[in-house]
Amino acid sequence: MIRPVILRPMALRPATLGLVALAVLVLVLPLVISNSFYLDLVIRIAINAIIVLGLNLLIGFAGQISFGHAGFLGIGAYASAVLPTHFGWPPLLALIAGAAAAAALAAVMAWPIFRLKGHYLAMATLGLGIILNLIFRNEASYTGGPDGMAVPAMELFGLQLSRDRQWYWVIAALLLVSVWASLNIIDSPFGRALRALHGSDVAARVVGVDIARYKMAIFVMSATFASIMGSITAHYVGFVTPNIADFFHSVELVTMVVVGGMASVFGSLLGAVLLTILPQALATFEGWETVAFGAILILCMIFMPRGLLPTLAARLGSLRFAVARLRAGRSAGESDS
Amino acid sequence: MLAQFLQYLFSGITIGATYALAALGFTMIYNASTVINFAQGEFIMLGGMLAVMFQQAGFPLPLAVLLAIIVPSLVGVLMEKMVVEPVRSADTVNIIIITIGASLVIRGVVQVVFGKGAFMLSSFSGDTPVEIGGAMIMPQSFWVIGVSALVVVGLWYFFTRTLTGKAMLATSFNRTAAELVGINTSWVLWMSFAMSAAVGALGGVLVTPLTMTSYDSGIMLGLKGFVAAVVGGLGSGAGALVGGLLVGVLEAMGAGYLSSSYKDALPFVLILLILFFLPRGLFGSRQTERV
Amino acid sequence: MMARTSTAPATPVLSVRDLSINFGGVRAVQNVSFDIASGCIYSVIGPNGAGKTTLFNLITGVYVPTAGEILLDGQPVQGQPPHRLARRGVARTFQNLQVCLNMTALENVMVGAHLRLDRNVLKAAFRWPSLRRADQALHQEAAELMRFVGLEHALEARADAMSYGALKRLEIARALAMKPRLLFLDEPAAGLNPRETLEIDELIRKVAVSGVTVVLVEHDMKMVMSLSDRILVLDYGKKLAEGTAAEIRQDPAVIAAYLGAGAAGETP
Ligand SMILES: Nc1ncnc2c1ncn2[C@@H]1O[C@H](COP(=O)(O)OP(=O)(O)OP(=O)(O)O)[C@@H](O)[C@H]1O
Ligand SMILES: [Mg+2]
Repeated sequence: MIRPVILRPMALRPATLGLVALAVLVLVLPLVISNSFYLDLVIRIAINAIIVLGLNLLIGFAGQISFGHAGFLGIGAYASAVLPTHFGWPPLLALIAGAAAAAALAAVMAWPIFRLKGHYLAMATLGLGIILNLIFRNEASYTGGPDGMAVPAMELFGLQLSRDRQWYWVIAALLLVSVWASLNIIDSPFGRALRALHGSDVAARVVGVDIARYKMAIFVMSATFASIMGSITAHYVGFVTPNIADFFHSVELVTMVVVGGMASVFGSLLGAVLLTILPQALATFEGWETVAFGAILILCMIFMPRGLLPTLAARLGSLRFAVARLRAGRSAGESDS
Repeated sequence: MLAQFLQYLFSGITIGATYALAALGFTMIYNASTVINFAQGEFIMLGGMLAVMFQQAGFPLPLAVLLAIIVPSLVGVLMEKMVVEPVRSADTVNIIIITIGASLVIRGVVQVVFGKGAFMLSSFSGDTPVEIGGAMIMPQSFWVIGVSALVVVGLWYFFTRTLTGKAMLATSFNRTAAELVGINTSWVLWMSFAMSAAVGALGGVLVTPLTMTSYDSGIMLGLKGFVAAVVGGLGSGAGALVGGLLVGVLEAMGAGYLSSSYKDALPFVLILLILFFLPRGLFGSRQTERV
Repeated sequence: MMARTSTAPATPVLSVRDLSINFGGVRAVQNVSFDIASGCIYSVIGPNGAGKTTLFNLITGVYVPTAGEILLDGQPVQGQPPHRLARRGVARTFQNLQVCLNMTALENVMVGAHLRLDRNVLKAAFRWPSLRRADQALHQEAAELMRFVGLEHALEARADAMSYGALKRLEIARALAMKPRLLFLDEPAAGLNPRETLEIDELIRKVAVSGVTVVLVEHDMKMVMSLSDRILVLDYGKKLAEGTAAEIRQDPAVIAAYLGAGAAGETP
């Protein structure tokens, strides 16, 4: 018997539901939050979430590790700090220049880097990040060295972005667009090619995917994304130090991807929420925060290797399955057991 | 001129010997398990810190050094049993994150116990420099180079001449085959963690009188040890040794002749260049991936 | 000699000339030459380790030959990467499954149509209408293909939840989604039960009838003998014999090799 495939209508897909829920949350949050501390926390979470979305496309979907992504954040942040301060560039132009530089660097590095696999790839990206960090740290006459430097306010078409509320709406809008775009990308020919080269690179090549080009494309995209978010972070905070580009920050970002859930868009959001809040929450443990952070990473990886959201979803799925079976069993009567 | 060159060369070989020990640590664990242990640097730091602690507690130096090697080995075994064993078959990224988690735990505990200050260990045989060709060499440098050389020879003997060592090496080549001929591969795993922790800690103990140590000194030492291991081609013992010395000498020369503020960047520039031209390091073999 | 040569034009779709590859000391394929005429079912047989899979890997660009030529429609293509060859209508399946387990079954098939789609990221990110429409159409087409290979029950399955036999078919569906001219199947019936094997046999016939040239590696001799227009026999990387099923069955070298290899059960 031939029946047409059941294509679920847009409105019912879980991804769409998630997007709608997120939009509602974004609209409601500012009404609920009055405290500027929490508003600041929410903005930081959203910024991390956007970076992690881009990184998850690279790590989770395309299967390529990067332990140097904070370096690209640094490029954006310092472009937005140095170019307006020392050369009088308008902030928006500086942001674009930073993004272009990050994209160019990523493109140049991608060709040699992505011939590498596994640990070699981890090593190369890590090295790149560390070199960038050292540049920001050492070129003190431009960057202020380890102490960092102030960043002028962001100006959009003559309007200065200064108050947290304004920033909230800009970043919230960016977040929604990023989630939507990520969902669209993974469900497109481009996204399927990326996921295919992760699943089996030889299968992808054989069906015609030029895997080198795809790895490069996604690396450049996520680097550009990171640079733009680096610029935005710098403007929002009003200050930048080399710590934005250090190895530990790269590790934090990767951790957000992995703990939230590799290849899960909403997992990235969850990862960003948890790992932005966690250090703040642990700060009260005075000295033990590093230990606790490490222990939580380990426990997460041992007990939820696929990340929080996919694990929860699977649990929920099997629960539903069990309930359904139970119901079916009841309605069929006890005769078959 | 020559004196200066010799000076840099010696300090490069000294620090390079430490990197080589760290790289050997990476290599041993990698061979036994294909895991890259990002906590390797913490073993180095732990060695230095514990030696300081035991010495300050009044232990004679040899005993303090011995304890500073034994305790990290136990930590290594503990780490393997509790953290690495449960995720044997996990993805590369997951395992990397687990070992990073372990490194945070170790670093965090040290920070709580010892604080954030820097610690000094007294030199093993005084601080009167020896002059060689115009270069002034600290006696501790000879300790570092000499003991490292002994360790390398010892490891070489262990892996090529003893049954236990050969069994470990066999496991790294083919785990299933090793199990078939009756090698207890789980034993090989924790043994490799113990040994690499010991070797790393020893490096830390030896170099601390020259560099001082603090809770966070393991990060860079570990990363550079990783660079050294990759320079030579992951899994190659000779590669780790050459890689370590190469990284150390390059760094010292760079610091002396180019710019001391970029000396930390040099190992990473080196590794990028090597990976670009030799994707499997200097000593890695070329293979066609099977399909 | 060949039934078709009297009617078909002279240039074969695929010609292989003195093809060789060495892995270190192992000479996995040595000086192998043969031609495949358009539209036929061509089989490659030989004992384990004879070099059959390696030959497929060479022709589809996965390995680069040490020496020799591969001509597609008379043009040399040796050394070209797989994605280039895919553009020229070469498709394949794998002996050791190469299914993307991180995707659904349907998506695996859709990936097969990669080259026929608009791969622009920006259009994808913003749900460009033409791209969405093409994707919807592809959904239907992929589902159609899954039915064609007998996977109608798995339309919504995740690939990692499917059985071995189902995955073998899924690979065929993915290859067909490329709309290939030349289809290489590496042991499509291995590990399948007799009923499933029969279904694969049926499937290959249907594919061949639709005009696709099929190149088959298979250990099931009954299937090979009944399906193939011509057969190439490899042994230790070398060409041992080539001809129709009837010729191969009587070839003394072939019989000796198979008996020598101890594969008495598989003796043609
Ligand atoms: N990438 C590789 N590296 C090294 N040796 C290889 C590689 N690929 C194949 N070989 C060797 O080449 C020879 C031929 O292998 P191949 O897989 O082509 O055999 P086959 O005819 O497909 O066998 P089977 O019937 O078992 O599938 C074998 O000795 C194999 O070990
Ligand atoms: Mg084969």
